Amino acid sequence: MFGFHYKLERKAIGFTLAIIGVASIGGLVEIAPLFTIHQTVEEVPDMRVYTPLELAGRNIYVREGCYACHSQMIRTLRDEVERYGPYSLAVESKYDHPMLWGSKRTGPDLARIGGKYSDEWQVAHLVSPRSVVPPSVMPNYAWLLRNDLRTNDLAGNLKAMRAVGVPYTDEMIANAANDALGQANPDDPLAAGVTKRYGEATNVRAFDGVPTRLTEMDALVAYLQILGRLTEAPYKIVASEAAPAVKAQSEAKSP
Amino acid sequence: MSVEERDPKTGYLMTGHEWNGIKELNTPVPRLIYYTLIVTFIFAVGYWVLMPAFPTWTSFTKGLLGADDRAAVTASVKQAAVARSAWTDQIAGRSFAQIEADPALMKAVRETGRTLFGDNCSVCHGGDAKGGKGFPNLTTSSWLFGGSPEAIEQTIRVGINSTHADSRISQMPAFGRDGILKRDEIENVVAYVRSLMDSKAATAIPAATIEKGKAVFAANCAACHGPEAKGNPEVGAPNLISHYYMHGRDEWALYTDVWGGLKGQMPGWEGRLSPVDRKILTLYLVDLGKKRP
Repeated sequence: MFGFHYKLERKAIGFTLAIIGVASIGGLVEIAPLFTIHQTVEEVPDMRVYTPLELAGRNIYVREGCYACHSQMIRTLRDEVERYGPYSLAVESKYDHPMLWGSKRTGPDLARIGGKYSDEWQVAHLVSPRSVVPPSVMPNYAWLLRNDLRTNDLAGNLKAMRAVGVPYTDEMIANAANDALGQANPDDPLAAGVTKRYGEATNVRAFDGVPTRLTEMDALVAYLQILGRLTEAPYKIVASEAAPAVKAQSEAKSP
Repeated sequence: MSVEERDPKTGYLMTGHEWNGIKELNTPVPRLIYYTLIVTFIFAVGYWVLMPAFPTWTSFTKGLLGADDRAAVTASVKQAAVARSAWTDQIAGRSFAQIEADPALMKAVRETGRTLFGDNCSVCHGGDAKGGKGFPNLTTSSWLFGGSPEAIEQTIRVGINSTHADSRISQMPAFGRDGILKRDEIENVVAYVRSLMDSKAATAIPAATIEKGKAVFAANCAACHGPEAKGNPEVGAPNLISHYYMHGRDEWALYTDVWGGLKGQMPGWEGRLSPVDRKILTLYLVDLGKKRP
């Protein structure tokens, strides 16, 4: 019964090739077909791309290692859904390269943090977390408010993202640096281009409280304020699934 | 040494390996290992049939049990809501006064409200709801937009200077930066406000300064803060005679506020919290205010 294996063991090259062949079966059968299945990533027409400023903020998020303590993935568990909001969908990470789902939560999950707190709070908290949340163990990131944001590499960033499948247009790439400036300064004429290219719902604000200066804080807060807000799909799916319960609730409270 | 060599004592074949005269027997793998492998394989086949397992070219095998994490979590959230409905329905259906009069309901409000407040509100307003610099204390009687349960519920729902369509709007102009008031005018009005909130400070400030400040106040500040500086919850203008100043109450803090203006922001919670959750939070805050000595 094991005669074939017995012979194979005695041939180094043949045995190595056999191991590679057997070990790849799992990947070929379970992983490779995922690329052809449309159900893997939901079809969501309103999914939008990161603006150059948000993308810069994302790069800072990666640079500072935020993902080491914060996940961006709400799992399909009741306590997570009740605390953070609708569970994460695959499509929400569609334009994330690399994805930042994370695997450890020293701090809370950030997948639905966008719009949950004010810009002022985000800035105060990043500068000195314990000034607003005394028990926090998060380090201070005060330099984000002092560092000017580097914008001359943003066009290249967008181009790199396009190379891996994010649908940035030539116009977006050409205006990347200006759009970053405009998004953090609503009074600047450049701000109009941001909403024109990325949609009316884009946050155009002085994220760090100082409109005239573009800092790394602007970028990071712009990124945090869009987390979970790139598409409304997760909220809609949960609403449609939970429709009977919601309806019952609203009927009960009408008097 | 040949592979076919057989050990005379045990009768097993040799592997052909030899180290300093010590030779290795080619004993078979124990039977138990094979049986375990067979059992795990049978289990796997059963699992493939019952659970979602294999991708096909355009879809995947759903499994006979129809297991689906998303459906499961939706069902468990719904089930929990039904389990809570025994008392949440009463919260939803009754008026604030009725709920406050019911000790059992208020007990549930305190327990659930504390969790809701901790998850959503405490990072700005503090775990004890006493606020911090720039973030209001919610345990005093001084409320920017009114402290009635209805007003609090509305503020939670729409937020302040938020992206909500019905958001409460409030902004104090930058009197200094935008050149509305001169430096000495700001100093005078700050002196006047300090004399209002602190009678001890009033005696230390020259009466003439206070008089000048009073005139500046009447012309520039009274429109929102009221002629008596008691505030106006319609526009979120704080009562300046109260003991609580969320941006600080010393001379420098007041000067900075008047010079640069203020525009606090609170997100609206309509999209995040259910109406019942918002009502629980409202009652939780009303209850916190009552505990105040």
